[in-house]
Amino acid sequence: MDKMPKWADVVLVPVVSLLLAAIISAIVFLAIGQNPWEALKLMAYGAVGTSDFLGYTLFYATNFIFTGLAVAVAFHASLFNIGGEGQVLLGGLGAAIVVLLVPWPHWTLALIAGGTAAALFGALWVVIPAYLQARRGSHIVITTIMFNFMASGLLVYMLAGPLKPEGQQQVASGLFPEASKLPSLNDIAEMFGSDMFGRSPVNISIFIAILACVAVWALIWHTRLGYQIRALGKSESAAKYAGISAVNITMITLLISGALAGMMAINNTMGINSPQLVDNAAGGAGFIGIAVALMGRNHPVGIVIAALLFGALYQGGAELAAATDVQVQIVIVIQALVIMFTGALDEMVRSPIEKLFLRFGRGTAVEE
Amino acid sequence: MDFFTIVQLGDASVRMAIPLLLACLAGLFSERAGIFDIGLEGKMLAAAFLSAAVSLASGNVWVGLLAGIGISITLSIIHGLASITFRGNQLISGVAINFFAAGLTVVIAQGWFAQGGRTPSLPKDARFNGLDFPGALTRVRDKMQASPGMQFYSEFVSGHSILVYLGLLTVPLSWWILYRTRFGLRLRAVGEAPEAVDTAGISVVRLRYSAVIIAGILCGIAGAYLSTAVQAGFTKDMTANRGFIALAALIFAKWRPWYALGACLLFGLFFAIDNRFQNIQLQVIWIMVLLVGSAAVMTVYALRREKIDVLVLGGLSVVLAAIALVTWFGTASGEGIGMIAALWETVKVPSQLIQSLPYLFVVIVLAGFVGKAIPPRAGGQPYVKER
Repeated sequence: MDKMPKWADVVLVPVVSLLLAAIISAIVFLAIGQNPWEALKLMAYGAVGTSDFLGYTLFYATNFIFTGLAVAVAFHASLFNIGGEGQVLLGGLGAAIVVLLVPWPHWTLALIAGGTAAALFGALWVVIPAYLQARRGSHIVITTIMFNFMASGLLVYMLAGPLKPEGQQQVASGLFPEASKLPSLNDIAEMFGSDMFGRSPVNISIFIAILACVAVWALIWHTRLGYQIRALGKSESAAKYAGISAVNITMITLLISGALAGMMAINNTMGINSPQLVDNAAGGAGFIGIAVALMGRNHPVGIVIAALLFGALYQGGAELAAATDVQVQIVIVIQALVIMFTGALDEMVRSPIEKLFLRFGRGTAVEE
Repeated sequence: MDFFTIVQLGDASVRMAIPLLLACLAGLFSERAGIFDIGLEGKMLAAAFLSAAVSLASGNVWVGLLAGIGISITLSIIHGLASITFRGNQLISGVAINFFAAGLTVVIAQGWFAQGGRTPSLPKDARFNGLDFPGALTRVRDKMQASPGMQFYSEFVSGHSILVYLGLLTVPLSWWILYRTRFGLRLRAVGEAPEAVDTAGISVVRLRYSAVIIAGILCGIAGAYLSTAVQAGFTKDMTANRGFIALAALIFAKWRPWYALGACLLFGLFFAIDNRFQNIQLQVIWIMVLLVGSAAVMTVYALRREKIDVLVLGGLSVVLAAIALVTWFGTASGEGIGMIAALWETVKVPSQLIQSLPYLFVVIVLAGFVGKAIPPRAGGQPYVKER
């Protein structure tokens, strides 16, 4: 059977899905009495209008690259890790403990130690759901959702008690030592005499995120483990027949996924302008990761593009909410629409496009 | 704890259990027909908002209930489109519906009422109010002095809104539909072996759509109950994860209506305890027994299994034992008393832990240590007709 060209699958289908999501979002704007075109202009300006705004967009995009990769790695094994939110919080906890406990002399050391701790804590938080999925067949979706709730409970307990410095009002950890603060891109720009990115918190974590993309790409498509992950995702029975241990691969895949989500903490706790761990540290990034992975077709390049798009949406949505009476939750609506169209209604978008290509293709074949 | 407190706790458990029960039965119909429904939460939330908004606008709570059911069915049909017609991923569709409802309810509520994403309070005649049975006492002071039988009648039996009694009636009704009607037989069959149903000349698609629409109706009632009977109006995220807990209760109930009632009452009790006892004190010795005991049980279980079990459960046991020891040593040094004396000291259980208990219990239930649950065989798989 003929298939449509690869570019249509990779570019055209997501773009059409995005357009459909945009149309429905426009209807939502009309329903609450806002002009969709004006809203779009406001959001676009809020996302990339100034170099400060652009910096925030990149900052959020860094978050979403990590969580998007986390969801994507699990998707390759046909596992749905919806617990990114909790794993991010635990990652933040790990990073905060390590950075507050040890006076790191230089930010590079703090980055290595904090990043490792963040990844470790994120991975640990998925151990039990992963084990229950692998050994007891308990559904990973529900267990990870439960672990999200427990993570926020644990975080509030830690931030209201052990991690809170004496006399501090805010429910948060103390400020991290100055020496461990990651350089922001603005710091780097200043070295060249520019004030690019202004006060925005975008920092060198964005390069770590890109490195993580390369690592995931290499892992999934160029290692034996990656092959086993994909084999398990395609068919569990075939993978078992080929001698792949479903239990081990399920565990390892989810641990990697949790570690990637946890790593986001280097950006949103160690990288921000006044680095500390706050109680809503994840801010929904774990869930946006689902939309990012689906839109990016679980490929690191796609994930970077989708993360930039969602970074812009998140930042633009925040500016829109500040400037108008629209609640910031409009971002969640758009995110839901993207998940729906690219994830669940994929066939609805794909099959008409496919048919179009087939008809077009046959037309040229007759001419020859 | 006196008798009246127990009655009050039972009363609160029933009230908390009703939305769980309705959502649980919604999931039951859907999953029995082979369609996973993670989106129960979103459907309830959307129904909670729209029924509150429409009750407010029309002044008639029954119209509001219908509106809530309507929006819930609409979302169900979208879920059906994604998972039946277009054979998409049912989990992803459910997740999308949850986010859609969570975001849209707040955005629209702000757009319509401009009160920060909630509806204004509903007046008394635009709500489902408690029905007082003949002879039942209504004032708390009178109830406290009444005889136990009267307390039970007045507090536990009487005084609920009509939706509570309707909700309880859905249990025998669901049982009857599923096990005593032709439709129910076919519905159960389509979740186990859709190809057999198809071979018999019955439409798989139509059966599955009917199942998700029934789920929509039940979620709609559950949502309306939350915003028009439990509370007077819609607030942001007011379903508070009940949709997910209902799914866990469904597994606990092994996909059976009467078991679902039991499971939901149990979870209802958890929430009632949560609400009533924010401040639970435990003696250190009980904490030691609980934590070290469960650690020991897990270790013994793991040692008879494979390496991975030893690794994971052993690690968890070490963590639990460590928490127990830290509590013990911490109490001893904090109070400046001997280790043995510290065992009888009481410590406050963190309120965050108490709030997490229902979720923890869900995980334990899902772990299957509370009995084996076998889901419908064709659950989650789109049906592709053989060509």
